[in-house]
Order: sequence, then C-alpha cells, then structure tokens
Amino acid sequence: MTTTTTTTAGGVKVVKPTVQSYIRDYWGRIRGGDLGTLPAILGLVVLSLIFGISTDTFFSGLNFANLFNQSAQVVFIAMGLVFVLLLGEIDLSAGFASGVCGAVVAILLTNHGWDWYTAIPAALITGIVIGLVLGFLVAKIGIPSFVVTLAAFLGFQGLLLVLLGGGTNISTTNNFFNSLNNDNLSVAWSWILTIVAIVGFAGVQLLNVRSRAKRGLVTDPIGIVAMRIGGLAALLIIATAILSQERAINPAINSLKGVPIVVPIMGIFLVLWTFVLGRTAYGRHVYAVGGNTEAARRAGIKVDRIRISVFVIGSFMAAIGGIMAVSRASSVDPNTGGSNILLYSVGAAVIGGTSLFGGKGKVINAVIGGAVIAVIDNGMGLLGFSSGTKYIVTGLILLVAASVDALARRRAAATGNR
Amino acid sequence: MAATPLLELSGINKGFGPVQVLHDVNLSVYPGEVTALVGDNGAGKSTLVKCISGIYQIDSGTVSFEGNQVSIHGPSDASSLGIEVVYQDLALCDNLDVVQNMFLGREKKRGIVLDEPTMEQMAGDALASLSVRTLKSLRQLVASLSGGQRQTVAIAKAVLWNSKIVILDEPTAALGVAQTAQVLELVRRLADQGLGVVLISHNMNDVFAVSDRIAALYLGRMAAQVKTTDVTHSQVVELITAGRSGNIGLPPEKPSDFNGDVVDITPGGDK
Repeated sequence: MTTTTTTTAGGVKVVKPTVQSYIRDYWGRIRGGDLGTLPAILGLVVLSLIFGISTDTFFSGLNFANLFNQSAQVVFIAMGLVFVLLLGEIDLSAGFASGVCGAVVAILLTNHGWDWYTAIPAALITGIVIGLVLGFLVAKIGIPSFVVTLAAFLGFQGLLLVLLGGGTNISTTNNFFNSLNNDNLSVAWSWILTIVAIVGFAGVQLLNVRSRAKRGLVTDPIGIVAMRIGGLAALLIIATAILSQERAINPAINSLKGVPIVVPIMGIFLVLWTFVLGRTAYGRHVYAVGGNTEAARRAGIKVDRIRISVFVIGSFMAAIGGIMAVSRASSVDPNTGGSNILLYSVGAAVIGGTSLFGGKGKVINAVIGGAVIAVIDNGMGLLGFSSGTKYIVTGLILLVAASVDALARRRAAATGNR
Repeated sequence: MAATPLLELSGINKGFGPVQVLHDVNLSVYPGEVTALVGDNGAGKSTLVKCISGIYQIDSGTVSFEGNQVSIHGPSDASSLGIEVVYQDLALCDNLDVVQNMFLGREKKRGIVLDEPTMEQMAGDALASLSVRTLKSLRQLVASLSGGQRQTVAIAKAVLWNSKIVILDEPTAALGVAQTAQVLELVRRLADQGLGVVLISHNMNDVFAVSDRIAALYLGRMAAQVKTTDVTHSQVVELITAGRSGNIGLPPEKPSDFNGDVVDITPGGDK
C-alpha cells in the first residue's frame, strides 16, 4: 500500500503552503500560545513611539547610537543567560561575574601593562573558568543552580572588592580597548558590513529554500522568504542611514558618525549563538535537555556535560558583557556589573520571549528584550523620571512579560500548541 | 514461521540483592511475529525487558541473537544489535518537532551542521513505510500531537535505525479506542516487515488482536510460551494469575513445598 501520495513527508498529502496559508498558520500559532518575540517587538514599537512623541531627543541619531552602547552589557549577558534559561536553570551570578572579568581586564591593562590582545583573552578565560565551576557544582554535585549562583553572586561581589583593593577605581587607557564600546566604525565600513549582513542573510535563506525544494520537501512560500529578506534589509539600511549622519553637537571638534563598533560585535555573537542553537547537534541537545531531561538521557545525550556547558557559555558571555561595561566607562569600580545589571539581563531574556520554564527561547530574544529595557531606561531618563520610577516601570514590564509567558504556556497546553 | 529465533534467552536469572526477580527465564522472539509478553504486576516483565535492552546485567543465562551468543553490557550494545525499546512514557521532548525527536541523539550532520533535509526525508520515509497518515506535518511540535500520534512517532523512531527487534512497553495503556486500533495496526505492520516485535500488555484484547505468540510470566518464571491460536482468553488469564492452565504452564506446586498444609485452590486447576 505505497505511494498514492505524490510528495514525501510521512505519507501525508502535503499541500504546498501559499503566502496566505503561511500567514494563517502563523496567526494560528500565535493564538495557540506560541508567541515568540512578537510581544517584545510590539512593546518595543509602542514604547519607542511613546518616547519619540513625548521627547525631542529620543529619535535623534545621537540617542539612537547611545542605546546600543548603553544596552551592550545587558544584551551580552542576556545572550548567555538564554542558554542557562533553556535548561530551566538560572545564573544569578552573571552580573558580578561580568564585573570580575571586567576587573581582570582592567587590572591587566592598567596595573600590569598587558596589551588588549592578551588582557581580553585572559578575561574571557576567567569567564570560562567561572562557568566551569558553577556548572560542575550544579551538574555533578547536584546543588540547585539558584543556590550555587546566589552564593557566587555574593562571592563575586566580594571578589570584585578584593581585586580592586577595597573599592578603588581603576581606569583603562588602552585606546583600542576603550574604543570597543565608545567609538564608531567609519561610514564606509558601516555600509560594507550592512551589505554583508543583508547578502549573508538572503544567501542563507535562499540556499535553505533551494536545498529543500531540490529534495521535494515543503518550503516556505517564496513570498514570505522575500518579505523576511526585504524586512531585514529595510531595517538595517534605515538604521545604518541614521547612524551614518553626523550626530556630534559640534562636528568641528569631534566628529561622530557611523555604526557603533559594539553593533557588529553583537551581530557576530547573535549569528554565532543562533547558528549553534539552531543548526548544530549541540544546540538540539540543549533544547532536548531543557524539554525532557529523561528523554535526552535515554537518547544517549550526556546531560551533565550539556548542563556544564550552558553555564560556561553564560559566564563567557558575562565576561564579554563585563569587557563592554569597562570599555564604556573606561574604568572599573566595585559596582561594575552590580546593581540592576543582572536583573536587567534576566529581564531582557524573559521579555524577549525566553521561557523561565526551560526548553523555549532563542538568542534573538536577548537582543530584542535588551532593546526594550534599554529603551525604557533611556526614554524615561530623557523624560526626567527618577531612577525609582524607572525601576518600578521596568519591574512592571518584566512582570507583564512573565505573565505573557505563563499565560501563553497555559494557552499552549489548552490548545495543544498546534 | 521462521526456524531460528531472532533472539533467544535461556535460563536467565536476575536478582536485586536478596530478591530473586527472574528464575531461569526462557524466551524466544521470532522475526515477523509479535510475541506478547504478559504477566501480572511484579511478574518481572519490565525487569526482563531491561535485561534485554542492557539497562540491567543478567546474573546468569545466555542470550543468543540470530543464533550467535552475545552479551549485552549496556543500552548501546543492545541498539547496535538492532534492539530498540519504546518505553511506556515514550521519552519524547515536547518542545521539539517530530523529525527532531526521531533523530534525537543520533542526528545526521554535514560537517558540524545538522543535515535537516536528509533527516526530514528519512523520517518521512520511515513513517510512510509504516503507512502513517495521521500526522499533519513532520515539523509539528510533539506537544501538539495526540497520544496515539506520539506513540506512532516513538515507534517510528525505533524502526528508523534498521532495528531487528522492537520492544513495546504497554503501547496502548493510555489510548482511546480508535487510537488503540491505530497503534495495534502499526504493531502488526512492524511484524509484517519482518521485525521481531515484543509487546508488553495487560490488555487481553490487544494481545489476542495482534500477537502470534504469548509468553506468560508468573512470579519471575516463564509459565509458558505458546502460540496464540492454541490458547483461549481464559487460559491466558490463568497462566498470568496462577502460572498454569490445564496441562500447560508451570508444574503444580507440590504440597511438600508448603509443609503439606496448603490446599490447592488454583482456579481452573482441574485435577
């Protein structure tokens, strides 16, 4: 009783999706509780419009560029936290881990005269070691990650004080290092990288469609693929055009134009981790362990190793966040990576759509969620609200995001998350 | 009927500390046949399956696979022989789709990149070979599947790897009438493709619907392994509950085993 059906896919008669049916399916998924990044993107748009209308400066090129520099630390830490959250674990120490790594790089640069190309790797290795220790304690000893990282949160706060000799402030003077999260690419390079990004994205999308079509598998309708590519291209081109404008108040003294250097660095890590999670066996195993640990174990996945590895990635990204924070301030102090950094980072991942229950999330969530938080922080600052009000609003938005997550899960359970 | 069994266990003993769970168990699994493994709770069905799949090590006895004696030291030995187990809780990840679940832990790769088109095609072929038509899309999340569809995916996952023996632990326990019928049909098709199928079930209707042979465990002993056509429903129930039925099954307990003061009250023990 073989092949009365023409196409593959499990003997299911496959209807080639059209643009309409694709959009209908997407809408069905949304209604079924699979929201993804949609709430965060809507929130970002609404908040931007509110701040844009109520202040003159929010939509200025200078402020737009600032948003990236301000949010860099949170976004990098959040990218790493996505991995930890995917397993349903938490890393409360990421903020001060970033502070410790930032202190390491500053001490090596300033006190020991190392150059950036040795000091930065040293900080990154510090991050990796921190992650290994945390992961070992969670996976092998079996202490809940909440407790391990709470202890580490206190410990690293102390370590940071000790490293800084009881609370002094260490400045960094290395030009390259300080430029990382302060300076901009030249306008020419800005455009070159924009074009590379667009062409790369289009290439990956089209190759994917072609290789599937060649084997007779279902492909996304070409209209949707074109819309995706067009959408990203429009977004990047508009952003680059804005950032390529002169935005210095007095250009004669200090010209300010081009894409901030930190943007392509964020882009590289976004692409790297998205690739790792989406296209490699390792990423698949991370999702599997987050979804059903026992099933993963029976499938022969080394669950402990996966658990350790996500803490390593988390702390590694925290180290990068720390480097960016120190670069931005050109100095490190006992509060680098302290105060609200960690909570903003967890908030960024969750607001972006990463589930606290594990198994669901993408790296892009960290970037979009980080953008939402940066916009609130920045916009409310421009409106002259106090820090207190900012925290209250950020807290409320995090609560809304977590409620959306929880309600979406309930909805998904009820509808079978089609 | 095939002459040599695909898998032959003889004299298997397994104990946990002082508790002897399996006593001299013999079991033969023939290719192209469904062997139903029945027995009451605690009879040792799961322990026997775990010995076959390598989760437990046997204490004594021999295991022959395709006529050659083998020793199974771990789950990977079993799967390299072509023995796959579909556990009762299915071991599927809700947050992954059908293809991702079927290849979990054994992904096809090109370099370091997952080879999604190949996996999707192989998964599609495996499901098509089982004539599964109930899935809407291979890229559906498992969370969205019904119980019967999940069972289907778990079984298809087991046959994806050119397996020779598929052991199903209570595949219909949690299913409705229509889905049970679907899964039983699938079990039959597995055997018709030449695989040896071991079906663990408490449901006599299922057992009689699909099995060719019935192996009944009673308190850790193999009461009997008989052809389904040779026995009746009630005889199997007797084998399960009493260990024997008429002249088949374990020899009647000698009164001397019980210091002479036990009366045989076995139902159907006709003497």
